[in-house]
Amino acid sequence: MSASLKPKHQRLVLVIVALCVLIGAGLLAAYALRNQASYFYVPSDIVADPPEPGQAVRLGGMVADGSIETMDDGVTIRFTVTDGQASVPVEFSGIIPDLFVEGSGVVAEGSMGPTAFIATNLLAKHDENYMPRELQDMTEAQQREVVAETYEAQAQ
Amino acid sequence: MIAELGLALLWFAAAFALLQLFTGLLSLREAGAGFAESVRPVAVMQGVLVTLSFLALIWLFLRTDLSVLLVASNSHVDKPFVFKLAGTWGNHEGSMLLWVTVMALSGAAIALLERRLPERTMLATLAAQAFVSLGFYAFLLFSSNPFTRLEPAARVGAGLNPLLQDLGLAFHPPTLYLGYVGLSVAFSFAVGALMTRQVGPQFARAMRPWVLGAWIFLTIGITAGSYWAYYELGWGGWWFWDPVENASLMPWLAATALLHSVSVLAARDALRIWTIMLGVVAFSMSMVGTFLVRSGVLTSVHSFAVSPERGSFILALLCLYIGGALVLFGLRASTVNEGKQFAWSSREAALVFNNVALTAILGIVLVGTLYPLLTEAFGVRVSVGPPYFNPVGAIFAFPMVVVMAIGPLLRWREDRFARVGRRMIAPVAIFAIALVAALVLAPGIGILPLLGLALAAMLAVASVLPVLGRNPRRVKLAVWGMVVGHFGLAVALAGMASNAAFTTERLAAAAIGDTVAVGPWDVTLSEIEPIAGPNWTALEGTMTARYRGGAPVVLRPQARNFFSPPTATNESALATRWNGQLYAVLGQEADGGRWQLRLWWKPFVTLIWIGGLMVALGGLLALIGRVIADWKQRAIRVRLAERREYREAQP
Repeated sequence: MSASLKPKHQRLVLVIVALCVLIGAGLLAAYALRNQASYFYVPSDIVADPPEPGQAVRLGGMVADGSIETMDDGVTIRFTVTDGQASVPVEFSGIIPDLFVEGSGVVAEGSMGPTAFIATNLLAKHDENYMPRELQDMTEAQQREVVAETYEAQAQ
Repeated sequence: MIAELGLALLWFAAAFALLQLFTGLLSLREAGAGFAESVRPVAVMQGVLVTLSFLALIWLFLRTDLSVLLVASNSHVDKPFVFKLAGTWGNHEGSMLLWVTVMALSGAAIALLERRLPERTMLATLAAQAFVSLGFYAFLLFSSNPFTRLEPAARVGAGLNPLLQDLGLAFHPPTLYLGYVGLSVAFSFAVGALMTRQVGPQFARAMRPWVLGAWIFLTIGITAGSYWAYYELGWGGWWFWDPVENASLMPWLAATALLHSVSVLAARDALRIWTIMLGVVAFSMSMVGTFLVRSGVLTSVHSFAVSPERGSFILALLCLYIGGALVLFGLRASTVNEGKQFAWSSREAALVFNNVALTAILGIVLVGTLYPLLTEAFGVRVSVGPPYFNPVGAIFAFPMVVVMAIGPLLRWREDRFARVGRRMIAPVAIFAIALVAALVLAPGIGILPLLGLALAAMLAVASVLPVLGRNPRRVKLAVWGMVVGHFGLAVALAGMASNAAFTTERLAAAAIGDTVAVGPWDVTLSEIEPIAGPNWTALEGTMTARYRGGAPVVLRPQARNFFSPPTATNESALATRWNGQLYAVLGQEADGGRWQLRLWWKPFVTLIWIGGLMVALGGLLALIGRVIADWKQRAIRVRLAERREYREAQP
């Protein structure tokens, strides 16, 4: 900066430059978040309005009873995730979490493939204190649904 | 008895903090000048009392006194000694007590050691420090009392989360806390200086060791935390952009910016307001981090107790401190005199550039971390991960690395780019060679790892230029610190890029005797057998790994089951070579007597943590250099004063 600028001006120029960069960073972040955030789906959402194939999403629900089958390679599993209304087939290659069992909750990270949801990571209940946040709420929501359904059935 | 004593000591300490606040504030006024004498002793006394209270809690944990609720719910009679000790701070209440203890001890240290700062700024700083501590005392005493009794006493205790029963992790939280609290001291300095409007090189020199110290601890804490996540979680990754990791990264970014701007203020008396602002931001980030981790807004191994009341308390503290500091900043900032000028081509300008870049990265991480919380309020659940953080962060991080290479070669105040351009020929050439070599030898590794590798090579060469050709003994220790720190960052960047570019992964189901190839390794599964530890049982796999058919290395990954609380964990096994690590995880039993194995070959991944430690070492060298220089200056000043007195005494 030339020495002819008054002291007040240098401070002002620095502040303006810093603000422009930070606002630029904010806009960039907002733009990237719209495209890169991975949304949480339950099976009914996937059936109603499927995400673009290849877009990173998270699928949460219950592992359907009797649905887990292991492929011949010993490391790929297929199972069905259900929320009581719809269900989605899921394929996963990897070491499955220890508390991943039929009838328990799971959050699968991945994207839609041609025939099934291709999971790159499975989050199951880790121990009694630590479980994915979506699952905590989901089980509660499901409990409410179950209660509502039971009332409806009685009313009919 | 000990629990009641601890609680009483905590109340007394809180009372002394209140006293410190009032005497500190009163002594700033003319009428209260008489109180000035008492502020330092009160600060020291507060430190002593709260330390005794913390020692009482340690004593309760070591004796496993199960009539204390906190001990009963977090410890277990069968736990090994070192984890009983670590259990003291491995829970919400204990970690908060550790927080105030460290904070009061640093207040005592300022009171005892700090002699350069103008007296009034010093008193205002201690008052601000007491004000911040009081919030945490209130938090402890009213909503997180660590000394609550349990009636009737428990018989065995619930145990510590098994994921946390790891030696490295026992010392990970205190390290990060020392960093957070160090930043609270920097915050108090900033508030003190704003109150008295005395912002200048003296203030910067007094603040710098605290910022450096906090920054060293944060660097070590993040490096250790990353290595822990790498080998303990068994996922093969070293950074997950988990909100809890971000909570420790954000204060580090702010502290890094603050560290550099405080250096400009100390050396050149420029960037006064910016330094004060960063002091406020850095502490805000540690509070935001504490809020995110401790409030139960996030679910993770770090959120000990999910309680909305505590979350609101921390949020209220956060708003009080940050809001208060910002109001004070708004009122006083315009009355602080402008610092010295500098040209666009100067070291100051390079440091300003990197300060702005660091702040932009901080903003990006903050937005990405808070965005899921924000959308959740509107009923939309999202998660934000590497696809957001990596590219968007890199847009600012990569230019920053370029400026990092040039900056130290520039002169203060004003310089010609032409002069520096000649010295940059070698680094730029290395950059080009590395870029072409990576493109030819390993095509298709992705743009970010490619640029990362080339920039790391450039920075590594450029960072040693400031000391090249100089007599090593005549280079100041602080300059060595800068060189080692910048070189360490280049090393870490090379490790990150290499891991992203060259990792090979293999997932297989292997029967006993099968051999699985991963990268240059051949891994043979020899046997699987059950074993038992002090509070767990496990299946342990024995594998023999050979690097390019060389000498066999034995790996023993385990799948562990803990009793209390019942939890399953994967203990990965690592084989470390100079050029990388083989990482093995044992999964579950597959059909036909086969076992799931997950293997990674990660070339040069260890550079990430070696680089991180070098960065911390650089900080340590700078800190030692500054402290020694200070002592020498003080000794000279004392001798000059003595000589003057002597001369004046002569007739």
